[in-house]
Parts: sequence; structure tokens; C-alpha cells
Amino acid sequence: MSFDFDRVELADVSRHFGRRRAVSHVSLTLHAGDIVGLLGPNGAGKSTLIGMMATLVTPSSGTITYGGTPGVRDGASIRARIGVLAHELHLYPELSARQNLDFFARLHGMRPATVVNDALAGAGLTDRSDDAVSSFSRGMRQRLALERTLIHAPRLVLLDEPFTGLDDRAVRIVSDRLRALAAAGGIVLVATHDLDVADGLISRMAIVRSGRLLSDAAASSGLRRQYRALVEGA
Amino acid sequence: MQRLFIPVLILTAAMFAYSPVAIASAPYESTMLLVQKIFYYHFPAWMALTAAVTVCFVSSGIYLFKGHAWADRLGFAAAEVTVIFGMFGLVSGSVWGRKAWGVWWQWDARLTMAFLLELIFIGYLLVRKYGGPGSEKLAAAMGIFGGATAPFVYKSVDWWRTIHPKTSVMASLGETSPEMWYVVWFCTAIFLMLSGLLLAARMRLETLRAGLDRLYLAAED
Amino acid sequence: MFFRIALLVLKKDFAIELKSYEILSTTAFFAVSCVAIFSFAFVKEGQAVEDAAAGILWIAIAFAGTLALGRTFERERYGETLKALLLAPAPRPAIYLGKLLGIVMLLFATEVLLVPMVAFLFNAPLFDRPVLLLALLALGTIGYAAVGTLFAAMLVRARTRDVMLPILLYPITIPVIIAGVRGTSALLQSPPDEPMATLWIALLGFFDVVFVTLSLWTFEPLMTE
Repeated sequence: MSFDFDRVELADVSRHFGRRRAVSHVSLTLHAGDIVGLLGPNGAGKSTLIGMMATLVTPSSGTITYGGTPGVRDGASIRARIGVLAHELHLYPELSARQNLDFFARLHGMRPATVVNDALAGAGLTDRSDDAVSSFSRGMRQRLALERTLIHAPRLVLLDEPFTGLDDRAVRIVSDRLRALAAAGGIVLVATHDLDVADGLISRMAIVRSGRLLSDAAASSGLRRQYRALVEGA
Repeated sequence: MQRLFIPVLILTAAMFAYSPVAIASAPYESTMLLVQKIFYYHFPAWMALTAAVTVCFVSSGIYLFKGHAWADRLGFAAAEVTVIFGMFGLVSGSVWGRKAWGVWWQWDARLTMAFLLELIFIGYLLVRKYGGPGSEKLAAAMGIFGGATAPFVYKSVDWWRTIHPKTSVMASLGETSPEMWYVVWFCTAIFLMLSGLLLAARMRLETLRAGLDRLYLAAED
Repeated sequence: MFFRIALLVLKKDFAIELKSYEILSTTAFFAVSCVAIFSFAFVKEGQAVEDAAAGILWIAIAFAGTLALGRTFERERYGETLKALLLAPAPRPAIYLGKLLGIVMLLFATEVLLVPMVAFLFNAPLFDRPVLLLALLALGTIGYAAVGTLFAAMLVRARTRDVMLPILLYPITIPVIIAGVRGTSALLQSPPDEPMATLWIALLGFFDVVFVTLSLWTFEPLMTE
């Protein structure tokens, strides 16, 4: 069996670009089954945090370990278990939906025959599967990108603003999908500044501002008030 | 390092002050006459440049694979020293060429080679300045690839064109005129120490700058 | 595994290019424009100056190469798909190799148009020694693209990428240009100077080995921020 892990630990992780500190002394542990909401205003360091967890950005100090294995070692087998949906959608607009999924499935060492059809069905794009992605609406692309992220059944799923451009029905479908993932032992991290959709989905919430982790607690009904108090009131 | 700086500085300054005397007392060369005296600074400048290129190449590699911040700073300092001595070498070589070949610039192998090396390391400095965030990595790549391409440039330009006095100038000088030979090496020692001093001073500046950045970051925390 | 990923990336680039032929057609057209412009500089009274054909051929390849490199990586930057490639559970140098193969094939396709055109316009006997010419073009293109692919990939992150690519790429690949031009002009002499051309081919071969190795080796640390 290939490499697997049940938790991701960030220990005192910082990343600065010259004089600007993007992420500052963040310690955070994500467990299997968690849906962690990473909340904060724009420029809070959410994307840098996701980049570091995805092994694309090296921390300036501190360590990130995946079930005890440091990220710097054996990057390829850790990456095999990570799915990332970034703000830019990681899709080739010139290629069709099927070609995109086919390529990324193969890139992850999978035989694409069935997984691609399943993913297309999951995105609700079966009848548009041979159209170029550039002809899709933002919502369709977003759904396709999510399926692209999950195509290799990753353990750790990192989503940066996954609900942008989705209508209510699509948000519900995506939320259900994420819940199912977490229930099956996935570690899901959703970065967003939009409280409305995060409410009710996330099981834990980590609030960041100016690169610092302000709070990390189980999500409760008072989520909105808490967030307001910490981010906007401060 | 810190303690050595001042004594070496004084020694270099003293040797520099004496070098015109040594050069003046060296025998006149029969064909080049006075202009030949340039050689006493020209050749050492190239030696200093070669040393700086090597330092930049090695420290870029160390930075890239080990991530030590000091190696990045050393590479930066070495690239600047390379550009300075390269400029000096180009100007002195050009003056030499005016006398030897009757033109300021000749597409001679070594001059061309120097010109191209200069381009590479000015590229290094440009990418550091305008490369934006993450430009250290870009610069390190430039240091490594620039260093690696140098032998190829040398060989290709050499095959393309050779009217420069052969490398054997130094070897034959040892036999024909040991006095000149000593002065050349005396000056080479000066230039190497000078480049070491410049490197150290530049390194110190960069280290202070990094310290300042750290303070800024700490103040934020 | 390694070569499978490289081929996969290559095939993907192929599929995109086949949709529109955008990069191939613009690159080829640009190369032809280069030849036309340089002709004004190097043709006097209807006669090209000596060695002009070799020089024009290689300058056109180098300039068109920069354009192709820039466009190819612009495609990977647009949807940040380069990051997606780097996230693949594959050795990262395999990604580099795939992109390199794509650029090389694109430039080969351009040269298929360019070489006969230069031979025709400058009345240059380029095809007298086809094997040697082929070796020069192949090795020169690979060496140029090897350095170019690495730098273009790194510059995807930089705001100044358009201007930085030529600034960094040209000085480093000077040996390729010298060897290409001198080797080709050795072939254009009558009779062709075969030993000279072989010498330049050897230099190019050595350059390729060193720089492809170096690129594969440094790609991973260079691409992590």
C-alpha cells in the first residue's frame, strides 16, 4: 500500500517574503474526519498556508508533517495523497472537460476509464464532456475543478474559496460531497472569507488575520459572532 | 573574519600604494612600451574576476540545495564583484587593444569572452533587482548556469577567434623577464585580496540587511 | 514512471496545440519575419554577404524560440496549471522533460519551414551535407531549449517574465549560437569544411549533456518557492 496519513501537523510554521510576513508562527493539527474552515479576510495568509501544506511553498521556519513524516522528505508520495483546488482553477481552457480529467487522472497514475466518467457525472457535466472548458460558465468550471481535485481520492483536500460562482443548489451538492469525504476519513480544509456557506459545513474553524492564527476551535452556532468579533471588531 | 578585515585592508592598501613603484621599476617591454604597464593591473583584474565567478557558482549551488541564507548573500556579493572587475578588465583590455591592434575593440577571443561573462552577471544583478519575490532562486540559477556556461563560452569563442596573446604570456614571461613576472604576481595578490575585502564588506552589508529584515519581522510579532 | 509522465505532459501540450495551432503558426511566422528583416541588413546589391545565411538562420531560431517558450508557459500560467503539474505525485524533473520535449518539437517544426526558406532565399547549399546539418540543428535546438525551458518555467512566478527571459537566456546560450552559426557556415563553404562542422557538433553535444543534466538536477529546488 502506498503512503498514507491520518493527520497533518503544522508546528510553529512561518513564511516571509523579504520583509513581509505572510504566515507567522502558525501551529495547527488537522485530523482525519475534520472539515476545517480556514477563515480570514483577503491577504490573511490563507493561500500561503495552503501552498505550504501542498508542498509548493517551503516554510521559512517551522515544520509540516504528514502523519509524522516531514513534507520535505519523499514529496512525491505525499503529493499522491493531496488534492488542491486553488483560486485559479488548474484547468486547461483549450481542452475539453474529459481531456482535462483524463490528463490529471493519468498524471496521478490512475487508469482513467471509469474514474473520469464518474467525475463527469459528479460535476453534472456528462452531456458537455467533449466541450472545451473555455465555453463553460464559472460555476461549471468550479464543479469540474472540484472533481479534478478529488479524482485521485486524496486524503488531504485543500480548497481555496471553493464556492465562488456556485448557485445555492451547487453549493449544497459540493457541501454534501465534502461531508461524505470527511466521513470517509478525509482531511478537508476549506479556506473562505464567506461565512454564510461555511456555517453548517465546517466542524472546526481556524481564524487567521495578518498571517497569525487568532483562534482554533470547534465550530459552534455562534460562529458568525465569534468571527465578527475577532476579525472585524479588532 | 571580522578581526582579519582591518589588517588585510591595511596590508592591501600598503601594497597598492607600493604597486606603482614596483610597476615603474619593472623593465620596459620592447614593443608595447608604456602601455604594457597596463598589463600589471589587467591580468590581476581577470584573476580576481575568475575567483569571484567561482565563488558565485559554488555559493549559488550551496544556496539552492542547502538553502543557507549566507550562501545566497555570498553569491550576490560575488556577482557584484565579478561585474566590477569585469568592467575594469574590459576597459584596461580596450586601452591595451588600442595600442596593440590600433582599435579600441577587437572581437578577440578573450575580450569577447569577458564581454559575455559581464553580460551574464549583469543579468544576475538585474534579475535580483527586478525579479520580484523569489528572485533569489532565479539568481541562484543564473549563478549556476552562468558558471557552467563559462567554459563553453571560453572554448567556443576561442575556436571562433584568436588574436589575443596566448595564455603562454605568463609562462614565457617567467623565463624572459623574471622581474616583470614577480611584479605581475605581486599585483595579482593585491587584486585577489581586494576582491576578498569587497566580498567581505558586501557580505557584511547583506548580513546587516538580513538582520534588519529579521528585526522588522520580529517587531511585527 | 519518469518517462510515462514526461510523455503524458508532452501529449497534453500536443493536444492543446492541435486545437488551434496558435503557437506553431505564430512562431513560424515570426521566424520568417526575422529572416526578412535580417535580409535588409545583410543583402547588398542583391548579394548576401558572406556567412549571412548561417547567422540569419540561427538568429531566427533563437528569437522564435524565445517567443515559443514565452507562449508555452503563458498557457501553464493562465490557470496556474504549472502548479497543478508540480502537485503531481511524480518526480518533478519528469515535468521538465515533458515541457522540454514539447518546445524542441515545436522548434523542429519551425525549422522544417525555416531551413529550406533560408537555403532558397540566400542560394545557400544547406543540403549538401544533410546529416551534419541535421546534427547541428538537433543538438543546437536541444541545448537552447534545455536552458530556455528551465528559465521560462521559473519565470512563470515573476511579474517581469517577458523581458527577463531573453535577458537571462541569451548570454547563457551564446555557445549554442556560436557553435550553430560557425558550424553551419563551415557547411556552406565550398567544399564544405567537414572536420570544422564536426568539431562544433561535438561542442554542442557536450553542451547538451551538461545543461540537460544540470536542468534536471536543479528543477525541483528551483520550482519550490
